[in-house]
Amino acid sequence: MSTISTRRGNRAEAAAAPSKYQPQDGLLLEVDDLFVEFHTDDGVAKAINGVSFDLRQGETLAILGESGSGKSVTAQAIMGILDMPPAKIPAGQVRYCGHDLLTMPEDERRKTRGPEISMIFQDALSSLNPVFPVGWQIAEMFRKHRGLNKSESLDRAVRLMERVQIPAAKERVKAYPHQFSGGMRQRIMIAMAIALDPAVLIADEPTTALDVTVQAQIMSLLEELQQEREMGLILITHDLGVVADVADKIAVMYAGRIVERADVYDIYARPGHPYTRGLLDSIPRLDQKGQTLSAIGGLPPNLTKIPAGCAFNPRCRMADHVCRTDLPPLREVEPGRESACHFAEEVLRG
Amino acid sequence: MADAILTATDLVKHYPIKGGVLRRTVGHVKAVDGVSFQLMRGETLGIVGESGCGKSTLGRLLMRLEEPTSGTLDFDGIDMYSKKGSEMRKLRRDIQIVFQDPYTSLNPRMTVGDIIGEPFDIHPDVVPKAGRRKAVQDLLDMVGLNPEHINRYPHQFSGGQRQRIGIARGIALNPKVLICDEPVSALDVSVQAQVVNLMEKLQDELGLSYVFIAHDLSVVRHISDRVGVMYLGRMAELGNEDEVYQHPTHPYTQALLSAVPVPDPTLRGKREQIVLTGDVPSPANPPSGCRFHTRCWKAQEKCKVDTPELIERPDGVGAHFSACHFAEPRLVIETVDVSDVEPDERFSSTEVVDPGALLERDGAATTAADDVVSDGTQQGEPVGEPDASREDVFREEVRGDAPDRRDI
Ligand SMILES: Nc1ncnc2c1ncn2[C@@H]1O[C@H](COP(=O)(O)OP(=O)(O)O)[C@@H](O)[C@H]1O
Ligand SMILES: Nc1ncnc2c1ncn2[C@@H]1O[C@H](COP(=O)(O)OP(=O)(O)O)[C@@H](O)[C@H]1O
Ligand code: SF4
Ligand SMILES: [Mg+2]
Ligand SMILES: [Mg+2]
Repeated sequence: MSTISTRRGNRAEAAAAPSKYQPQDGLLLEVDDLFVEFHTDDGVAKAINGVSFDLRQGETLAILGESGSGKSVTAQAIMGILDMPPAKIPAGQVRYCGHDLLTMPEDERRKTRGPEISMIFQDALSSLNPVFPVGWQIAEMFRKHRGLNKSESLDRAVRLMERVQIPAAKERVKAYPHQFSGGMRQRIMIAMAIALDPAVLIADEPTTALDVTVQAQIMSLLEELQQEREMGLILITHDLGVVADVADKIAVMYAGRIVERADVYDIYARPGHPYTRGLLDSIPRLDQKGQTLSAIGGLPPNLTKIPAGCAFNPRCRMADHVCRTDLPPLREVEPGRESACHFAEEVLRG
Repeated sequence: MADAILTATDLVKHYPIKGGVLRRTVGHVKAVDGVSFQLMRGETLGIVGESGCGKSTLGRLLMRLEEPTSGTLDFDGIDMYSKKGSEMRKLRRDIQIVFQDPYTSLNPRMTVGDIIGEPFDIHPDVVPKAGRRKAVQDLLDMVGLNPEHINRYPHQFSGGQRQRIGIARGIALNPKVLICDEPVSALDVSVQAQVVNLMEKLQDELGLSYVFIAHDLSVVRHISDRVGVMYLGRMAELGNEDEVYQHPTHPYTQALLSAVPVPDPTLRGKREQIVLTGDVPSPANPPSGCRFHTRCWKAQEKCKVDTPELIERPDGVGAHFSACHFAEPRLVIETVDVSDVEPDERFSSTEVVDPGALLERDGAATTAADDVVSDGTQQGEPVGEPDASREDVFREEVRGDAPDRRDI
C-alpha cells in the first residue's frame, strides 16, 4: 500500500491539517454504475443510467455531451447537491479516496464540499450572493472552514483574487458581484472554489456564457491552477474545441450514459462511436475552408421514454435490428478505449 | 459582377442614458457608431464581434426596426430611411429578420400556422386569404417541417425546429434580404448543422442575400462569402472570408481568431495565442482614436489620437478593408482546404430534412424545452424486411416518408 503524494504537504498557503482523505495511487474519484432519476408529473425521467468513471490526481477529464445528456446531473450527484426529491439515486457509488460519498452521513459529507471537492458553474452571477462584497464571500470560506479571523481571512481573499488575476484586487475586495464583468465574476467563482485547496474541481460549462477572448483567459487560468495544485479536474462542456485544448481523457455522454471514453488524441483522430463521429462531422471548423457540414438527424430522446436497445438507435444511420433490442454495454474495444456501440469496431475502422 | 443590394453609409445609433431624478439624458451608449458596408446580391455577409459590440443593433437598423441617429441605407436604389407609411411597409417585405432565440422570439399562444402566416396579415396582397393555409404548409415543407403540424404550438417543437419556424416566417414574404441575428447560437452542434445547411439551401433556391450575425467565428467562416469584424460599434476589418481568416491585418481580428478553440488536439500548444488583457470598454465612453488602443499590443501615440479609417490596406496578397494605422497581415490559423472531403454518410447526413419533425410528439409534457422528443416509431415492430439495408430502415423508421418527399 502506498500513497503517491500527500496532498497539501508543501503548500503553506493552505494552513490546513492534512486531510483524512488520501488518494491511493493517485486515484481520487470513482463513480461506479451511477443512476439518477427524476420523479415528475410527466413520469420518471431517467437522467443518469449507469455511469462509471475514474479521476486521478492532476488529470483533466472532459465530460462532453449535448444539452440534456446528463452532464450537470452527474456533477450534482458527485457534489451531493441534487434536490431529492424530485431526484432519486436508485443505485451506484461515488467513492472519494475510497469513501462512498452517497452513504456518508450528511454532516461528514458537507465537510468534503470545498476542502475536498469543489465546483464552479456556468452562471457566476446567480452563484454569487448579490448582497455581499466578493471579498467577504471568499473570506467566508476561510472563516468557516479554517477558523481564521476577519482580517486574516480578508487578507487571504485578496491574495486569492490576485492569484486569479483580478486587477486591483485590494481595492475591489469590497465591490459587489454586479460591479464585475462576466469574466471577472467567473474568476471570483474560481477563487472561491479553490480557496480551500480541493483535490477535485468540477467545472460545469465554466466558459459557455463568455466571449471567446475571455474564454481563452479563463481556460488558461484553470489549466494553470490545476497544474500548480495537482487537482483532478472534471471539465463539463458541449464544446469540442475547448475539450481538444485541455482534456487528457474524454467521456462522451448521450441520454444519461457514457457512450465512448478514450484519450483525447484517440477520440478526435478516430472516434469509436457513431454519435461521436456524427458530432465531429457536424461542427464547423475555424481552420477549414470549403467544409461540408453533415448533421446527425433527429433529436435526443425524451428521458421518460428512452428507446429500448441503444438509446441512439433512432438517430443512428448504422443502426441494425440488434440496436433496437440489445443495450450495448460500454466495453473495451481497443486498449484504453471504450465504446458502447454494437458496431464499434466498424466505426473505428472508419 | 455582383451588384450591391444594400448599402449602409455611416450608420450611427446612439441610445440615450437617463440619469438622476429628472431622468435627464446624461450620456449616450454608442451602440453603432459609423458603420459602412455593402451587401451584394446573393451573398452572405457575416458580422462577428464580442457581445455588446453592436451587432444586433446594426441588424435592427438594416431592417429599420430602429431609427438611426444618422446615416443612410440604400436598398436596391431606394433611400430606406426617407420612406414613410405604406411605402416603408412595402419595403419591409423585401428585408426580413430571423432572431437569435427560438425559445423567446415566437409567441407561445399562437399556432405555428398563425406565426408563419402573420406576415400575410400585414401584407394581405402577397397571398390571397384562401391560399394562406396552403402557403404556410408549403413554407413548413420548405424548411423541413411536417406541413401537418400547422396547428401546433411552439412548445411542441424542439429548439432546432423552432428556429426553422422562425426561418419559415422570415422567408414567407419572399424577401430579397434576410438579416439573421445569431440564428444558430442557441442550438446544440448536431442541430446547428441541420439549420446551417437549411439556410444555405434556401439561399441557393430563393436567391436570398444574408447578413449573418454571430459571435461564433467558425460558423461565420463556414457560411459567409465576406465577413465584417465589429469592435465597439465600428467595423475593424472587412473583407472576403479568406482575407479575414487567412490574412487578417487588424490586431483585434488576429486576437479574436487566435482565441477560438479548434477541435483538434494535435494543434494543442502549436497555435499562437494572442492574449488580450482587460475587458471591452464601455460603449458609453469609448476610447479616443482607435477604439482598440486600450487593449492593443501595437498601439502607439497616434492610435490614441487619430481614428484609423476603414480603408483598403495591403494584406500580403492583395488588399482589403482594415481600420488599423499599423495594419499588417499575420497568419493566426493554418487553413486546410477540405472542399473535396465528403462526409461519411454512414454517420451523418447533409440533407436538411429534420426527421425529428416528422415524429409524433407524445403527451402534453412541456418541461425542458429540448425534451420534446417522441419516439412513437421505434416502439413498434422493426420496419422493413430483415434484409433491408440499414439506410432503408433508417429512412422508413426515422423519416417515415418517401425519400424524395422533400425535393422541391
Ligand atoms: N430538477 C430536475 N427535475 C426534473 N428533471 C431534471 C432536473 N434536473 C435535470 N433534469 C433532467 O435531467 C436531464 C439531464 O439534465 P442535465 O444533467 O442538466 O443535462 P446537461 O447535459 O445539459 O447538463 C435533463 O433532461 C433534465 O430534464
Ligand atoms: N434599446 C437599447 N437601449 C439602450 N442600450 C442598448 C439598447 N440596445 C442595445 N444597447 C446597448 O448597445 C450596445 C450594443 O448592443 P448589441 O447591439 O445588442 O450588441 P451585440 O448584439 O453585438 O451583443 C450594448 O452596450 C447594449 O447594452
Ligand atoms: S490602430 Fe493602433 S490600437 Fe488600433 S488596432 Fe491598430 S495598432 Fe492597435
Ligand atoms: Mg448542464
Ligand atoms: Mg446580439
